[in-house]
Amino acid sequence: MSYEYIGITVLWFFLYGYLIVASVDFGAGFFAYYARLTKKDHIINKLISRYLSPVWEVTNVFFVFFFVGLVGFFPDTAYYLGQSLLVPGSIAIVLLAIRGSFYAFESYGSKDNSVYMFLYGATGLLIPASLATAMTISEGGFIEETASGVHLMIGKLISSPYSWSVVLLAIVSVLYISSMFLTYYAHRADDRPALEIVRKYALFWSSPTIIASLTTFIALSQHNPVHYQKAIGLWWMFGISVAFFMIGLFLVYQGKYYGWAFIAVMFQFFFAFFGYGASHLPYILQPFVTITSGATNETMGVTLIIAFIAGLFLLIPSLVMLMRMFLFDADYVKGKK
Amino acid sequence: MFFEDSVLMSRLLTFLTLGFHIIFATVGVGIPIMISMAEFIGIKKKDPHYTLLARRWTRGFTITVAVGVVTGTAIGLQLSLLWPSFMQVAGNIISLPLFLEVFAFFFEAIFLGAYLYTWDRFKNPIFHWLLSIPIVIGSTLSAFFITTVNAFMNSPQGFEIDEGKLTAVEPFAAMFNPATPSKVFHVITSSYLTSAAILATIAAVIILMKKGTTYHRKALKMTVTATFVFALATAIAGDSSAKYLAEYQPDKLAAGEWHFETEEGADLVVFGTLNENNEVKNEIRIPGALSFLAYGDFNAEVEGLYETPEDERPPLWIHYMFDLMVSIGFYLVGISMLFLIFWKVKKWNEYNKWLLTGLAVIGPLAMLAIEFGWIYAEVGRQPWIIRGFMTVAEGATTSPHVGLMFLLFLGLYTVLGIGCIVVLRKIFKNNPAELELEGRYPNVKESDKE
Repeated sequence: MSYEYIGITVLWFFLYGYLIVASVDFGAGFFAYYARLTKKDHIINKLISRYLSPVWEVTNVFFVFFFVGLVGFFPDTAYYLGQSLLVPGSIAIVLLAIRGSFYAFESYGSKDNSVYMFLYGATGLLIPASLATAMTISEGGFIEETASGVHLMIGKLISSPYSWSVVLLAIVSVLYISSMFLTYYAHRADDRPALEIVRKYALFWSSPTIIASLTTFIALSQHNPVHYQKAIGLWWMFGISVAFFMIGLFLVYQGKYYGWAFIAVMFQFFFAFFGYGASHLPYILQPFVTITSGATNETMGVTLIIAFIAGLFLLIPSLVMLMRMFLFDADYVKGKK
Repeated sequence: MFFEDSVLMSRLLTFLTLGFHIIFATVGVGIPIMISMAEFIGIKKKDPHYTLLARRWTRGFTITVAVGVVTGTAIGLQLSLLWPSFMQVAGNIISLPLFLEVFAFFFEAIFLGAYLYTWDRFKNPIFHWLLSIPIVIGSTLSAFFITTVNAFMNSPQGFEIDEGKLTAVEPFAAMFNPATPSKVFHVITSSYLTSAAILATIAAVIILMKKGTTYHRKALKMTVTATFVFALATAIAGDSSAKYLAEYQPDKLAAGEWHFETEEGADLVVFGTLNENNEVKNEIRIPGALSFLAYGDFNAEVEGLYETPEDERPPLWIHYMFDLMVSIGFYLVGISMLFLIFWKVKKWNEYNKWLLTGLAVIGPLAMLAIEFGWIYAEVGRQPWIIRGFMTVAEGATTSPHVGLMFLLFLGLYTVLGIGCIVVLRKIFKNNPAELELEGRYPNVKESDKE
């Protein structure tokens, strides 16, 4: 495998990692606010903040890692995406900034501030929507290169059914992943009242998730038939994804093996996400950047991969330590530590 | 109107983001080492005052870290959004340190989460202290890696350009360019210095307001000692930076020093004004000192600004930035040394009002010096974005919306800045140290015999 393919695979793994951990975070913010509105916050909010407090910064790094890596492995994307995404990118930064800092303000500083809670909940849905725009744009047809530079055709983006279906899919998936995780976490914490609530959320958000996946597929076939054909060629990946969806949903419905249910959710999104990514190749940004045309020079590519492997030796043990301390330590989860 | 000029607005927006970010980045690099030292002293001396100091610093630190993380994410993305052509070219050469910086940040983030939530979890407190080490390493390594990127832009090497294409890329040569050692040294020491100075300011202000207890006096002694040591280290680092400039970026040094004609035994010009013929008035002139600063020899020849083509010269107002930075540096060394002398001479009262007032301003002053220093370093390499290879105008975005984005971010940083201050005040105002000390360590009064 040449270094470009290793590079894109690494990056895709990190984006996938971000998708999972950030969804838990984004969805939790929304649920926390929703629980406040429905006066159930005393039941679930303690649970949510016990999980989120030690890890919110780590979540953020997954994202930074992805975009720094993307520019590192494929500097051409910086040129095209940078030129065209100034406005949506800046809005996403502002939302992320408000969310991250206000989370810290509220959890370490002033408790129970409704304005912070609202901003935290609202940004939890707006951020996935704005980040999904970058994904939409990579399909091609939304940016043009003229003599004066590269421009985003905002009118086309707003009127496209494909871009709206991606936004919808992003939002409902966030809520689904998050509620499935919280169900598992509540179960570990032995917190029955919380479990009852978040389990209902999980069951509720399962059907919009699968429906939005299908509509996105249909919209893609209209917007980019070539990509759609390649995706059909990888039908088995999406088939496995649906099978894991059924398993996860079945287990939660049965009310047992919540841990396995969440693992099934992770596999569901893993196969869908990698199926989408693989069928997207060789383009990174249609039609301007392909995986070979946009790649960095070989020396840098190889050096980055070596740096990445060395970094993993540092990261994986540290992440395992963090998870053992806060995710799999039963006493911590139950609030005894 | 200038609002429509995307190059100028890109520069201003980058200045705004970085100027705001470095406040938090600086304390992000320096405060962990202060926390770690305080906790260690607390464990070794079995003195809960120091442990409480570490705890309370940590609590304030989390708020500044949060703002540092989000503004750091902002500048990370803005690099590509505002300077797409620059990143397209430089991405081939500087992605390694950028990538490694994220690793260091990752490492720090993991251990910061662990550190914050395990204060009372270990029977032996040394295990908790050990968790602070990776935070110190991670934050300092972040500073190291990101500074090498900036150093590369000042002193590019490690590649060749063949008909507009980059060839023969050597990532490590680019990282360890001539500017790297002095720059990294200066950035890290000045971050430690500024953080120590800010913590000293807090202690000094509380003692001045007559609310001080043993706890605050211990805090003041520890932080001022650290300020003195780090201020000396920063002075040495600054000197090595000047020697680097003289050799590799003489135009930046010459513009900063208002040194126009190449000459031997060049004078150092301190403050002053310029008339329209570039003649220096009202200055303090130290004979031969610039030669000494640049080469360690009062008679050495120093290249003047007139050797640089006119369109490649940096603006001359950066002279004031340089002078302000250096003056503050000297003040920090002086005032912290004075305190140490007063403390060691038994007859003198180190808590006299004048000395405390002098110490009460060192935190904000040190932070200003950081800003001045960075403005000097960055504006001093204008018009280049990669010195000698790409100008700032060639690197900027062509998007017409930069002016609007500037306003958006101005609003964001205002909100974050105010929020940060409000929350920090709230954390500490209704929870004075003495109360917390009694609550946590009821026996402290007996053991405390100072």
